[in-house]
Amino acid sequence: MNFYGVKAIYQAEMARMLRTTLQSVASPVVSTSLYFIVFGAAIGSRMTEVDGVSYGAFIIPGLIMLMLLNESISNASFGIYMPKFTGTIYEVLSAPVSPLEIVVGYVGAAATKSVLLGLLVLITARLFVSYEIQHPVWMLGFLILTAVTFSLFGFVIGVWADGFEKLQIIPLMIVTPLAFLGGSFYSITMLPPFWQTVTLFNPVVYLISGFRWSFYGAADVHIGVSLGMTLVFLSICLALVWWIFRTGYKLKP
Amino acid sequence: MAARGRVDIGEIPIYGVVLTLHCAGLNQLMVRRMLCLNRLRRSGLVAAATSPACEGSVDNIIQVNQLTKSYDSGFQALKGVNLSIRRGEIFALLGPNGAGKTTLISIVCGLVNASSGTVLVDGHDNVRDYRKARSKIGLVPQELTNNMFDSVWSTLKLSRGLFGKPPNDGLLEQILRELSLWDKRNDRIMNLSGGMKRRVLIAKALSHEPDVLFLDEPTAGVDVELRRDMWDMVRRLQQRGVTIILTTHYIEEAEEMADRIGVISEGEIILIEEKDKLMQQLGTKQLAIQLHSALEQLPESLRADALKLTPDGYSLIYTFDAQSEQTGIAELLKKLDLAGIEVKDLHSSQSSLEDIFVGLVHKRRDEQRLGESQ
Repeated sequence: MNFYGVKAIYQAEMARMLRTTLQSVASPVVSTSLYFIVFGAAIGSRMTEVDGVSYGAFIIPGLIMLMLLNESISNASFGIYMPKFTGTIYEVLSAPVSPLEIVVGYVGAAATKSVLLGLLVLITARLFVSYEIQHPVWMLGFLILTAVTFSLFGFVIGVWADGFEKLQIIPLMIVTPLAFLGGSFYSITMLPPFWQTVTLFNPVVYLISGFRWSFYGAADVHIGVSLGMTLVFLSICLALVWWIFRTGYKLKP
Repeated sequence: MAARGRVDIGEIPIYGVVLTLHCAGLNQLMVRRMLCLNRLRRSGLVAAATSPACEGSVDNIIQVNQLTKSYDSGFQALKGVNLSIRRGEIFALLGPNGAGKTTLISIVCGLVNASSGTVLVDGHDNVRDYRKARSKIGLVPQELTNNMFDSVWSTLKLSRGLFGKPPNDGLLEQILRELSLWDKRNDRIMNLSGGMKRRVLIAKALSHEPDVLFLDEPTAGVDVELRRDMWDMVRRLQQRGVTIILTTHYIEEAEEMADRIGVISEGEIILIEEKDKLMQQLGTKQLAIQLHSALEQLPESLRADALKLTPDGYSLIYTFDAQSEQTGIAELLKKLDLAGIEVKDLHSSQSSLEDIFVGLVHKRRDEQRLGESQ
């Protein structure tokens, strides 16, 4: 195990976040806070409770998850794409680090940033709405699991992308719509039966539902199904990363 | 047995002859003797100096065996390359653009997957035992590939860590001081000059104390003074026991620094030789004879392939084999005297490595064309 190698990648990636605090930290916190103000405080005050929870509090897990997905993907994809773009990837590929260590370094740093941001947004939300966390360990578990899964997904996108457009297209065109339609702002039980069934094909539903359960003990789908689906996504992403390093896809000609 | 098209030491005299034959006019007996010797070597009756049996006794830090690389496009970048790098030497790899230099280095360093063949770095297979193999190598790439937003100091720390070495700020300071970068340690790389950026790349490669340093065109785009500084630094590294492999377009660089020279062309190593021997064996000399008055044409008695009259008629250029005991100069001067041609000045010069290199590559292309047409 090249411990120093993993640490070096991890520290370099974390340093990148600190170097760009305004963009990496302030921007997601501010934009998520705006959601709280607009949806939670302004619209929420005119809405009834959802699943026995005030609307302002109801949307907190969904909004954190929305931010978490976007940040995990963008941190991890940029983390690996930029060295590819600038050519500095040569050093990582020629170093005595295993594929697993490379992934732990990059994905670990991206997931850490996302989890920290998630917690920061959670604290910020307290300024606007009051909420409770019934299962804090599960909440942290879902936060970390989702951050790792989507950081792995971001890593795959970063390796696959050969231009900035490709880098942005999946988060913008797929992940954000899925997150918006995955019950961030509503319970899927509020939808007509047909659309409820359609929504169950949206993987983000399981992430948000599970995360919301850890807050309020109520969920659209069973917590076990949510956990199972999250682990399935994690396995798919791990398999993709394994395949990338096995074949050298877009990393080693 | 040497790969197709590769030249071993045994063949060098033949190339020397071929290169100089048409201009130097060496005697036919010598050519026949060399060809005969070469045939014997090929048949195994006389061992070639670079045969595996002979190289096995040398302490090789890098051993490349039958390395091939074909890209998805179908382009075959390497065609069965065999190469041994001796511990502690400076080895210059020369070759025209697209010859396969960077592909070869990239495979050894683990940046490109080989199609077939093996690479051993200090006895460690660079695929199966990649950790041990890679930890011994430092690579200075051709392009200025630095993370522009990093500081010099943090990028060095990253490099050392990546190669699994514990922090050693004292060593990093020493490297930066030696490369005149210590004052810039806290500067962002984007604010440095091109020469400094290249030195940062060298510092990064040295930060993990490699036994082998690959310098892929280290002085491309570098001014003369900095180039000299880099050469000095490379020599200092060699004195400390670091093996250096450099690719370069500047023949002058290879001539100045290398202990041995390899020439790669179209994915094949066509020559590996000690630099001094190469210069000696392949070197031709030219004698420029300035005349008092211009000649319209060479007198009949002086007509020979080795002697040319310059277009202005004021100079004669005589090409001869520097190693031959019979250079023919004395005879030529006598003939000039007899022909009543008055000599004003004489100036001799030796062929450079560049002449040799260009000659070899052209010869190989001619051979291939001939082969194809047959």
